[in-house]
Amino acid sequence: MSDKDHLTLNIDGQKITAKRGQTLMQACDAAGVYIPRLCDSEGLEPQGSCRVCSVKLNGRVVAACTQPVVANAHIESETEEINRYRKDLVSMLFHEGNHLCPICEASGRCELQAMAYRLGISQAAPHPYLEPVRPVDASHPDIALDNNRCILCGRCIRASRDVDGKHVFEYIGRGIHKRIGVNADCLAETDASIDDHAMSLEVCPVGCIIRKREGFFAPVGERLYDTEVIGRDIETQQPHHHSLHKIEVKQIDPADFPPFNKDDNGDTV
Amino acid sequence: MSKRKVRIATTSLAGCFGCHMSLLDIDERIVDLMAIAEFDRSPLNDKKTFTRRCDIGLVEGGCCNEDNVHVLKEFRKNCDVLVAVGQCAIMGGLPVMRNAIMHSEDPLRECLDEAYTTSKVLNPSKQIPNDPALPLILDKVYTCAQVVKIDYQIPGCPPSGDTLWAALTALIKNEEPTLDYALIKFD
Repeated sequence: MSDKDHLTLNIDGQKITAKRGQTLMQACDAAGVYIPRLCDSEGLEPQGSCRVCSVKLNGRVVAACTQPVVANAHIESETEEINRYRKDLVSMLFHEGNHLCPICEASGRCELQAMAYRLGISQAAPHPYLEPVRPVDASHPDIALDNNRCILCGRCIRASRDVDGKHVFEYIGRGIHKRIGVNADCLAETDASIDDHAMSLEVCPVGCIIRKREGFFAPVGERLYDTEVIGRDIETQQPHHHSLHKIEVKQIDPADFPPFNKDDNGDTV
Repeated sequence: MSKRKVRIATTSLAGCFGCHMSLLDIDERIVDLMAIAEFDRSPLNDKKTFTRRCDIGLVEGGCCNEDNVHVLKEFRKNCDVLVAVGQCAIMGGLPVMRNAIMHSEDPLRECLDEAYTTSKVLNPSKQIPNDPALPLILDKVYTCAQVVKIDYQIPGCPPSGDTLWAALTALIKNEEPTLDYALIKFD
């Protein structure tokens, strides 16, 4: 099918239909073909900075999240070469920040970790751990920022700017010193709120934006990526097995539990 | 030629012994393992020194004191294949959190003060342990790969019994220890 508004794409030998004006990523998502990504998130303007969504379009490597669909597109995505690029990119992110999964409350729902699992990263990369020592900003009553876990995806910047209209976050510095800054001396002095889209669990792919008093809400085994591969929801067009959101747990009422030294009649035993 | 048993050595450095516990989670497969392998230096049989050269060395934990470094170098010297087991050995794990002490000219001193001098934990003498028998603590926690050459790593905190079994059997068969999706966990 190739009328005025539609194009046919060939991705890894599979033919899919795309609308003109879509990006490669949008067309593939709609057709149930998952392209790994970290900096792209549904509802935010694509930025093309993490390059994990790199694919080969007619022999040239492009970022699928920013590349518009073109006619006669021949796309290579799940090839050994492209997946090697992706593995290298994700490995380097692990070495650039402090990604200590055993102590991180995002573990199990972390997109960086899930991407490493999907790409099969189990052996050491030949890079040193940079072990950054960036200050943690816990000034806000409801939110803490641990920049040491940041992968500079910029999703919080775009969510705050485009969805919340607040500009709480922005990039500061250049090169290896680039990091996320807030629009004041500390987060408490900005107009950031726990209800902002930028602070929701969908936005930060790692454990950098921490919602206070919500950590470890899902037990091991019931976390988002415990039972499913990242991207399964797109590949099968089915919702996630587990929710990303906190499930309200019924508060224990002490009245339901009589003191141990009382019997059923309330008499001391 | 009679095939000799594969010799395995294990140790726990700056770790919690969780990875060793996990090795015991291979359950009855340990009978199959003992048919083809034997343990040399290991806390599992309480052998404190190497009796001979080993084929596979499994190291749990990173290096936080000089004894850890000494033991790790011993393992490198005496093992053909050295494997970092678990997140502590691979990237420092929980002990490496002290590397992130900030805003301090002397992070190690601040760490010890917090633990022994200024903390509310009962320590009437307020003394930092300094017995000559204690190994000196390092300036920061080092991963195994920062100290010696590591051949393979088995991720997990701890790696499950199945993960260790898959990696160990591959190593015994002289194959690359590739792990299936379900066996790769970083926590």
